[in-house]
Amino acid sequence: MLRRSFFVSLWFSFLTFPIMVIRVNTIEKTVNWRFGNLLLVAVGSFILSLLWQYLFARREKMTKNNSAKYRAILSRFFSGKIRFVVGFAVLLFPFLLSTYHINVLTTALIYVVLGLGLNIIVGLTGLLNLGYVAFYAVGAYLYALLNHHFGFTFWICLPLGGLVSACFGLLLALPVMRLRGDYLAIVTLGFGEMTRLVLENWSDLTYGPSGISGIAPPTFLGITFGIRGTMIYLYFLMVAFCLLAIFLVRRLRDSRIGRAWVAIREDEEASRAMGINTSKAKSIAMMIGAAWAGMMGVVFAAKTTFVNPASFSFLESAMVLSIVVLGGIGSIGGIIIAAFAVILLPEYLRFLSDYRMLAFGCAMVVMMIFRPQGILPYHRRTYEFKEVHR
Amino acid sequence: MSRDEVLIIRNLTMTFGGLKALDNINLEVRKGEIVGLIGPNGAGKTTIFNCITGVYKPVDGDIFLHPPVGKARRLNGMAVHKIARLGVARTFQNIRLFSHMTVLENVMVGRHSRGQSGVIGAILRDRKTKEEEEAIVRQSYAILEKVGLNAMVNELAKNLPYGDQRRLEIARALATDPFLLLLDEPAAGMNPMETMGLANLIRGLRDEGNLTILLIEHDMRLVMNLCDRIYVLDYGEKIAEGTPEEVRTNPQVIRAYLGEECYA
Repeated sequence: MLRRSFFVSLWFSFLTFPIMVIRVNTIEKTVNWRFGNLLLVAVGSFILSLLWQYLFARREKMTKNNSAKYRAILSRFFSGKIRFVVGFAVLLFPFLLSTYHINVLTTALIYVVLGLGLNIIVGLTGLLNLGYVAFYAVGAYLYALLNHHFGFTFWICLPLGGLVSACFGLLLALPVMRLRGDYLAIVTLGFGEMTRLVLENWSDLTYGPSGISGIAPPTFLGITFGIRGTMIYLYFLMVAFCLLAIFLVRRLRDSRIGRAWVAIREDEEASRAMGINTSKAKSIAMMIGAAWAGMMGVVFAAKTTFVNPASFSFLESAMVLSIVVLGGIGSIGGIIIAAFAVILLPEYLRFLSDYRMLAFGCAMVVMMIFRPQGILPYHRRTYEFKEVHR
Repeated sequence: MSRDEVLIIRNLTMTFGGLKALDNINLEVRKGEIVGLIGPNGAGKTTIFNCITGVYKPVDGDIFLHPPVGKARRLNGMAVHKIARLGVARTFQNIRLFSHMTVLENVMVGRHSRGQSGVIGAILRDRKTKEEEEAIVRQSYAILEKVGLNAMVNELAKNLPYGDQRRLEIARALATDPFLLLLDEPAAGMNPMETMGLANLIRGLRDEGNLTILLIEHDMRLVMNLCDRIYVLDYGEKIAEGTPEEVRTNPQVIRAYLGEECYA
């Protein structure tokens, strides 16, 4: 192991020698030899290589027992008193933190719900959807336009956004019913981009790339709040939404339709042979997932009071998808943790300035190498039976 | 059509591109029979299964199903899940379990077509949904008891030994409440002991479960022991039919399939 790391560090020193060590000073026409850098590269790569090898060795050793232990620790963490503490903290946060932090947290919560919604489509039903952001955009623009032209309020648009998005979900589901895997991914990717391009170019309706501003923030029974008040209000709204989404996903997962979804993910032909109407089940999954995204779109528009097509690029879809995958496909707890990680990390890594997305990307790659099953992989529900003797 | 024929296939023809996979096949299965379908690899046995279950739409010919209740139905071009709901269940040649679901859940999925509850029920979890869910769990467990897998209800399907996976496929098929069961090489990969257990299981299903069974199998001993009648296919054509004894002594069958050194 040491030997290997030594060679790795030697190799890296050699590779980086020209850029890290030699600097030609063109004014004085001299060459600076920065051997200090060489030492840094050598030691740094040596340590990193050791760490890398250690982690790989550990992964090899990771048995089922180990992961069960890991799970037990986590589930203990999320149960009992800790739950109260977390709940209490969630309630207290907005009164302790600045508006900026509340804003970031609200965004993270929006992504939790988006992740849970996409989880139904990708995680449970196994339909790789790369255009999820389209549904989000539909909700956001629906509220923006209805508010701008007709003064519709947030609370009317919220269910409306869900409904219209669900219709779009159905619209997308119908033509892609026969597609699977890669092909489905390409079509949904196209759908997402199409939506964005329409928003960008249909200037008469959507005001093009300049977007729509001055969208009314949400009110509470007709009461309006100040900027900070609105932020706190939205924060609590999102907390409620998250709880609702968690509740719904849990209920659906262990139901007749939830089992049908997972069966379709596992083997579509076999599930059809079991009498599952796969077209119907897939459409339902698509519609429910889309409805969540639509409602989140409405919340997003209300939060930023401004929408433009740039907010709905492919990157957003990729973000939500990476939340689902990082969290562990089908797992609610994992998705919550991953959503916070994916949104908060880039936000609070700002001190790394230009390197923050690089660091974020590295974190994702490392994560996928060492925990491909996700942060908190979902375990199937188990049932207890008393032995019946006949 | 006499009352006790549950499945009648008339002049069934299926082509893939220029290849004739099935050529004018005629086949009947009567109530309570165990019918074998044999033939060399590529003879078109699984294609017949796929035509019956609606995976393929036949190019020509008719497939009639006569459920115990209700009138006879023509299956050509009917959707796969609808045929399953009529009471035709199948297993697959290459095991197609839901490998990341538990054993019990696999069977519960089989109960799907006999359930009613939808999204609203799942969310509200009202009394009807709850009762249905409990019934599904109970019935699924009973089926697993029948095939002898009740000790591992919570195991993931992919972790089962091969022979158990085959039996789980049968359990899952049974969960759909079929009257006609299509088994595609149920004994493939089983050792002699497991095969014997399987034969008993299949016989039990026929005798106690009132099932009619059509099975594809390469294990000649099993087929000859188990089946009431056998159809022999070769290159998409039916070359013989009859009791095991008749088929065993049919010179054309021996030439095409069984091989001189085994049964001649």
